[in-house]
Amino acid sequence: MKDKITNILMAGVGGQGIIMASNMLSEALLAAGRDVKKSEVHGMAQRGGSVTSHVRFGRKVFSPLIRKGEVDILYSLELLETLRYTDYLKKETVIILNDYRLNPPSVSLGAKTYPEGIPELVRANFPRTTLIDGVGIAREVGNPKTVSTVILGHLSLYIDMPENTWADIMSDRLPSKILDVNLKAFHAGREIKQVA
Amino acid sequence: MSVTHRKQLLSGNEAIARGAYEAGVLFASAYPGTPSTEILENLISYDGIYCEWSPNEKVALEVGVGACYAGARTLVAMKHVGVNVAADPLFTLSYTGIRGGMVLVTADDPELHSSQNEQDNRNYAKFAKVPMLDPADSQEAKDYVALALDISEQFDTPVLLRSTTRVSHSQSSVSLSEPDRTTHAGKVSIVKDPPKLVMLPANARKRHVVVEERMKRLREFADTFRENVMEINDTDIGIITAGISYQYAKEIFPNASYLKLGMVYPLPEKLIREFSGKVKRLLVIEELDPFIEEQVRAMGLETSGKENVPILGELNPDIVASSLSGYVFKESVPMEKPELPPRPPNMCPGCPHRGIFYALSKSKVFVAGDIGCYTLAFLPPLQAIDTCLCMGASIGHAVGIDKVMGKEGQGKVAAVIGDSTFFHSGITPLIDAAYNKSSATICILDNRTTAMTGAQQNPGTGKTLMGEDTHRVDIPALAKSIGINRVRKVDPYDIQKTREIVTEELDVDEISVIISESPCVLLKGARRKEWEVLSVDHDKCTGCKACIMLGCPAIGWDPEGINGKGKKGRSVIDEMLCIGCTMCQQLCKFDAIVKVP
Repeated sequence: MKDKITNILMAGVGGQGIIMASNMLSEALLAAGRDVKKSEVHGMAQRGGSVTSHVRFGRKVFSPLIRKGEVDILYSLELLETLRYTDYLKKETVIILNDYRLNPPSVSLGAKTYPEGIPELVRANFPRTTLIDGVGIAREVGNPKTVSTVILGHLSLYIDMPENTWADIMSDRLPSKILDVNLKAFHAGREIKQVA
Repeated sequence: MSVTHRKQLLSGNEAIARGAYEAGVLFASAYPGTPSTEILENLISYDGIYCEWSPNEKVALEVGVGACYAGARTLVAMKHVGVNVAADPLFTLSYTGIRGGMVLVTADDPELHSSQNEQDNRNYAKFAKVPMLDPADSQEAKDYVALALDISEQFDTPVLLRSTTRVSHSQSSVSLSEPDRTTHAGKVSIVKDPPKLVMLPANARKRHVVVEERMKRLREFADTFRENVMEINDTDIGIITAGISYQYAKEIFPNASYLKLGMVYPLPEKLIREFSGKVKRLLVIEELDPFIEEQVRAMGLETSGKENVPILGELNPDIVASSLSGYVFKESVPMEKPELPPRPPNMCPGCPHRGIFYALSKSKVFVAGDIGCYTLAFLPPLQAIDTCLCMGASIGHAVGIDKVMGKEGQGKVAAVIGDSTFFHSGITPLIDAAYNKSSATICILDNRTTAMTGAQQNPGTGKTLMGEDTHRVDIPALAKSIGINRVRKVDPYDIQKTREIVTEELDVDEISVIISESPCVLLKGARRKEWEVLSVDHDKCTGCKACIMLGCPAIGWDPEGINGKGKKGRSVIDEMLCIGCTMCQQLCKFDAIVKVP
């Protein structure tokens, strides 16, 4: 029997903090003794373009990339970006969706339209979806840039690992200036109720 | 003896840097290029290694060769197309061989995530007659640096270490070892050896004999190399694979038999024959070219390969699954989706390049482009780049077009090139432009950094990779010294003045250089003191879209909003993104763009 591998896909827009969040996630998993692989693309993918990070963990991981239809958890920082990766999802995929819209240039220029009703569409297809006002919560804890940590905090509820493992990794990796606010943001994300 | 003491999550590039440190590398050089850049950026964090950004990959290899001729273990790193630039020294280095171990890292980019082509640099190993290792994860990326240096010294050859974007930029766990920093440090010295190092014909003919003998010994070595590994499981199918393709294959066919190659050139012929004899059917799974497959076929063995595995782009587990017929795909959830607007990368809000590209797009000239962030100016609405071929090509293109067009081309041809790209390979074509009396207009976009790859130092920044202060190339003085009389500087944030100067220089019938001088806005201290975040006064906005035509990500169009003329549609500025550069404000004829109240 193949050991069960957990697949987490993280999606968003360059500059939103995906890479930082996926670093925290994979460091925490490694610290907890899992085999971890994480993959993303740098360079041209930044500068406000679409960004994804694939994180896979279990006893022994081969491919750093997730197969279509095999994502267990989708972490998404932007509404439209969520829809780009639905091929990777299955009915039972847990979706943690930051309720935030960022217009791509073609929309800003008036050449394309931004689809409406994304949260409803996602929920209708994937019942285990949680919609989070990440920006609102991040503002409340004191820094709107901690959105990616708020959403990571909620994601942590789906991973069997004590909260202090996460806190240890953040203390180890984040500059002291922004540590406290990130710990608060993480905790605030964990406070949000899990879907069934 | 090295001792394993802890595991860390490292990217392939971080692991290569660690491997170089552990293996006693004393000298490292590179030109930044995705996906190779982080190797040297990480290597400088270790003590005792001289690291430099060279102006280009040819120079990086040449200084590296100097260090290795003096006995130092040396690492040189570049992206796949960088090896094209460094190919001249590489091919003859194969003849001279080395003194200290020499590993040349080539980071290939299947799928062209951030490149202008997806060439398969395994072909260079065969072409230059040097061995090549191909790691499959970060642990191997680290370990193979030491192996490459050992092979280099054992066989008196440079060794290519090939990575791909997926290996360089994926993270996986790596066991760290104690560094061996003393064994190799004592070997540095100057040793004269003209028959080996002076490649004039009489010597080089003899060295070619050495190269062919070396290849023979390397082929024998490949058969016993411990990283060429057979895994015999189900013998119905035997998969020959290497690098990242191995991981995808293991994911999809966990029960198949494998010959996993750590060395992809030269291939272990005996081992391949032995493996072939143990399995019913052979399949080669490799990204890009049929490099292994063709050699296996040349051995007279029957195998399948590129008739099932695509030659284009990156592989992934799903694509590998389709390489065996009869494989049943998992169904993903069928879902009706609206049309999704694409989200390509863009020049940043407040980017200084926007000023010069706005002027060029208004002039409607043919703009020979080059490689850097500014290549993104080809996107709408600016659409101000008409070519992009390779590093430094823009100036040469402009000269060629200008020459064949003659009088008719007067004032219609410009070139744009960034500062780092100019130092990389723009200087010689600028000499050509002056020497051969072109009348093109050359715009050097000096933002004081190598921005596309994440802000690396270059010969114009006044800093080295190691953080030391150093000389800065004086671009106007350089241009004047090669015979260019018209050299002008512009502040790209001054839209009116920039347009005037661009128009004037296009009009003159001689070569001219315009230097657009302003630092990348991502650099510390680049934002000017007087800049304040802007917003749109909707009572004044008429919906004319003049500001939209800058293509700034901070400026959006609200089709439903009512503008000051009572019509639908108005501009909006995202206050989170705006840095207050004022370019849009200068374009607004209705004073509708104002400081945030």
